[in-house]
Amino acid sequence: MGTYIGQSVKRREDARFLKGAGKYTDDIKLPKMTHSAFVRSPYAHAKILSVDISTAKNADGVVAIFTGSDGCNAFGIPTGWQVDFKNGDTMREPKHPLLAIDKIKHVGEAVAIVIAETQAQARDAVQLVEVEYEELPCVTDPEKAMAKGAPQVHDEWTDNRSFDWCIGNDRADVEAAIAGAHHVTEMEFVNHRLAPNAIEPRSYIADYDVNADKYTLYTSTQNPHLIRLLMCAFTLGIPEHKVRVISYDVGGGFGSKIYHYSEEALLTWAAKEVGRPIKWTSDRSEAFLTDAHGRDHKVYAKMGFDKEGMIVGFLADEFCAMGAYLSTFAPAVPTYLHGTLFQGLYTTPLIHLNVTAPFTHTVPVDAYRGAGRPEATYLLERIVSKGAKEMNIDPAELRLKNFIAPFDGVKQPGYQTQVALQYDSGDYHTILKKGLEKVGYDDFRKEQAEARKNGKLLGIGISTYIEACGIAPSAVVGSLGARAGLYEVGHVRIQPTGKVSVFTGAHSHGQGHETTFSQFVADKLGIPMDDVDIIHGDTEHVAFGMGTYGSRSLAVGGSAIMKSIDKVLEKGAKIAAHKLEAAVEDLEYAEGKWTVKGTDKSIGFGDVALTAYVPHDYPEGVEPGLDFSSFYDPTNFTYPFGCHIAIVEVDADTGKVVIKRFVAVDDVGNVINPMIVDGQIHGGVVQGIGQALLEEVVYDENGQMISGSYMDYAMPRADDVPMIETDRTTTPCPHNPLGVKGAGEAGAIGSTPAVVNAVVDALHHLGVTDIQMPVTPQRVWKAMQQN
Amino acid sequence: MIPAKFDYKKVSSISEALELLAKHGDDAKLLAGGHSLIPAMKLRLNQPEILIDISQIAGMNTIKMDGDEIVIGANCTHHQILTSDVVKQNAKMLTEVAKMIGDIQVRNRGTIGGSLAHSDPSADWPASVLAADAKIEVEGKSGERTIAATDFFQGIFTTALEDDEIITAIRFPKIADGNYQKFFQSASRFAIAGVAVIKFGGKVRVGVTGVSDTPYRASAVEAAYDGTSSAAALAVDGVEVMSDHFAGEEYRSHLAKVLVKKALES
Repeated sequence: MGTYIGQSVKRREDARFLKGAGKYTDDIKLPKMTHSAFVRSPYAHAKILSVDISTAKNADGVVAIFTGSDGCNAFGIPTGWQVDFKNGDTMREPKHPLLAIDKIKHVGEAVAIVIAETQAQARDAVQLVEVEYEELPCVTDPEKAMAKGAPQVHDEWTDNRSFDWCIGNDRADVEAAIAGAHHVTEMEFVNHRLAPNAIEPRSYIADYDVNADKYTLYTSTQNPHLIRLLMCAFTLGIPEHKVRVISYDVGGGFGSKIYHYSEEALLTWAAKEVGRPIKWTSDRSEAFLTDAHGRDHKVYAKMGFDKEGMIVGFLADEFCAMGAYLSTFAPAVPTYLHGTLFQGLYTTPLIHLNVTAPFTHTVPVDAYRGAGRPEATYLLERIVSKGAKEMNIDPAELRLKNFIAPFDGVKQPGYQTQVALQYDSGDYHTILKKGLEKVGYDDFRKEQAEARKNGKLLGIGISTYIEACGIAPSAVVGSLGARAGLYEVGHVRIQPTGKVSVFTGAHSHGQGHETTFSQFVADKLGIPMDDVDIIHGDTEHVAFGMGTYGSRSLAVGGSAIMKSIDKVLEKGAKIAAHKLEAAVEDLEYAEGKWTVKGTDKSIGFGDVALTAYVPHDYPEGVEPGLDFSSFYDPTNFTYPFGCHIAIVEVDADTGKVVIKRFVAVDDVGNVINPMIVDGQIHGGVVQGIGQALLEEVVYDENGQMISGSYMDYAMPRADDVPMIETDRTTTPCPHNPLGVKGAGEAGAIGSTPAVVNAVVDALHHLGVTDIQMPVTPQRVWKAMQQN
Repeated sequence: MIPAKFDYKKVSSISEALELLAKHGDDAKLLAGGHSLIPAMKLRLNQPEILIDISQIAGMNTIKMDGDEIVIGANCTHHQILTSDVVKQNAKMLTEVAKMIGDIQVRNRGTIGGSLAHSDPSADWPASVLAADAKIEVEGKSGERTIAATDFFQGIFTTALEDDEIITAIRFPKIADGNYQKFFQSASRFAIAGVAVIKFGGKVRVGVTGVSDTPYRASAVEAAYDGTSSAAALAVDGVEVMSDHFAGEEYRSHLAKVLVKKALES
């Protein structure tokens, strides 16, 4: 272990965040900057009969107003992933205009943009734009969208299907195994829709420099290069070298800031039209209506067990909403990020998932913290626990019995699943046993029985998960329909004085990269952390990058940096050998210096750096400078896993659930900064608890979102969650240089089923076998009444 | 979230406020704590042309005893009520109510008069105002009058206040044996159901908020009260119960009964 790796170094970015000195997009003010506001549809599905801007354009301060017919819609917003139909037909990909042209497909869809001197003036003028609509019937539920006669989202096709898809073994084989099973457990539920709710709303400033013919877009995104690529190559058709995308500090994304949104492209287009910079910052109401949502699967599933309790087959049919248009990663979420996790931690021999992905009259759905894996884990961990109850087998015992045996991916090969992936390394028995011990499982069962005698409803819920992170090998995702590679770029520039600037294509929006990355760079170079700076979020500084999502930053971005560090040390050794008059192979590098083995002759890192830039006495054939960039394309996903256990108490009178304890034992591979990993787990667990108990996007029959504010959308608050008890096991990733697996999503993946399993456990003796999420007091009470 | 343009006038007396109200009529809104009004303005659901800020009117933000009655100025914040020794010593139930309103920011800005005048059907104060049989003191261009709690609440966001009237104070009797039970809506933390019960001389008065679009006295419970909590079953008798995605009619009715029972047993 080095000086920094494995230490809970305090986050260096917090100095500016805690002082209110972060640099978010909305903090930036450019000379002559204008402001903008959108005219948005109040209807979910409507014809636009007319748009009258005559009054609005003469309102105070108005600079310009554009509608969908003003030239911004030449191409439209692309999706980044193509999932074709099972029969080979091409995925249906509707045109996604920047401003609606003649038809509205969801509430909040933009009809016009008003650009004005001040934000207040822009908003005032929005009220003066008169739009005449003809409201049409709508459908917001993915299953109902597939019913015969359902209102059509896009007129160009005969039904609402965007694509259908399946994965795993032959359906007939899986059905036969389940038909012949000793016991079959069935489930039908909705993995409900969530709004991501980053604390910083989306914000953009577009600027056009007429002399350089160059655009600059400041944007609160998780992946500036990807935005530039999509916007230039697809949405606007602008040469990429003429666009700079800057994303400094970003206040959370949770997936919702991965995607290329219409507003940023429209502002970029309009900045040239008006010849002045334009800013737009979403307000919270707009965020609810326009940020891509998460989840929204209707699930029908069956799991067959033999008489020993071994799983013999697992089958699911799902309706997964795409929303009105295909967002950047949307088609991948309920397919390749979801079905590929249906093995879970179990040896299930036969698995089949069938997905139907319809359009609905709602804001698009896309990846939200965990992206497909929380949905897979929720289904697996609920159905296994439900099966355990039905067969009267302890849920921990049933899991241990079905777990894949430990394998390290080095001495033992990786585990080949029935659903395409090959797990890298894992020891699932140990982590569950650790969780059970930490929570005091056996003692709890006694406490629970005792409490029941006094009418107190206590329950315990276990969830064991695996996820696929470190997305992803480019060739693999390419063969699955991704329209981009998913490597990462790490550029290490050693300055002449030996100080280090690291440029990464990963993007930090809360993850603490400036700290974690500096820790391992400093350790690998044997220099103080203060000598290392991490630079991200600017396409003019960083050569390229795919950004941050899918818990990939350290596993992929960190590996790219490691490659460049290797190159630095390799070249540095040549310079050191020259200066020390020794052979390269006689040198060793440690603690920031090259030493001739077995002697006290050495040269420091700083001296070598200076020599590289002042090459007066220099090895022949070696270029000056010490500056390397690398692309790292992973050979496999990484596979963190873990065990989350919740203990809940249900109020018998009101149905209110209180989480008494929450134990999270996670294996994220090697850990660079334990404090940051704990923080990631805490945040994820709270988000998962939010889904289990509180959060829910609700649309009414008219497609109106009736949960579109914090008055009606319940975010978890500090007093909704218990102290989270974290622990770890460490199974290093065998295929990346740091041995890391990723920690960003684990908490949100493992926690949700643990909570719901606990609630069902508390009520099982009353005949309750399942409760629809979020497990609100009303739903719990109703479940208790029905039994 | 930027409100439409509006004028703003801070007044130092009730008469000045009444004058402006008379002048601007429906175009004016009174601003006290602003915790319901300003969000509505930011969403442009409400676009008054002028805000008359009454929060600094002298004498409207004090809490004092007047004989046997506690007089709480309409501009008193929830926090002031929560931390008032006069309230704690003479009507501890009101301290408990204040504690359950919003969060620190809301309690520091929101006022009891503003809450009552706004008459959100899920607000906390109406339950206690009803149970205590409090009196709402108001002043208008035709002079001062007192409105009984039972006459005050008339519907969703609707009260007995005339357009030109301002609440100046709320007059509570001493409360020796009262308690407030609340079931929080998980997002807004308003009351899905809130029940205030005051016991006196073998009888009870029961105020209920959050359950119907108008807060009400649960008179069926009061009439059937026999010293036990069995009358709680009548908590929603004769009442049209509200329904939303947090609590449908059935569950809300159940909660009302649970809370009345708890309050009667406390």
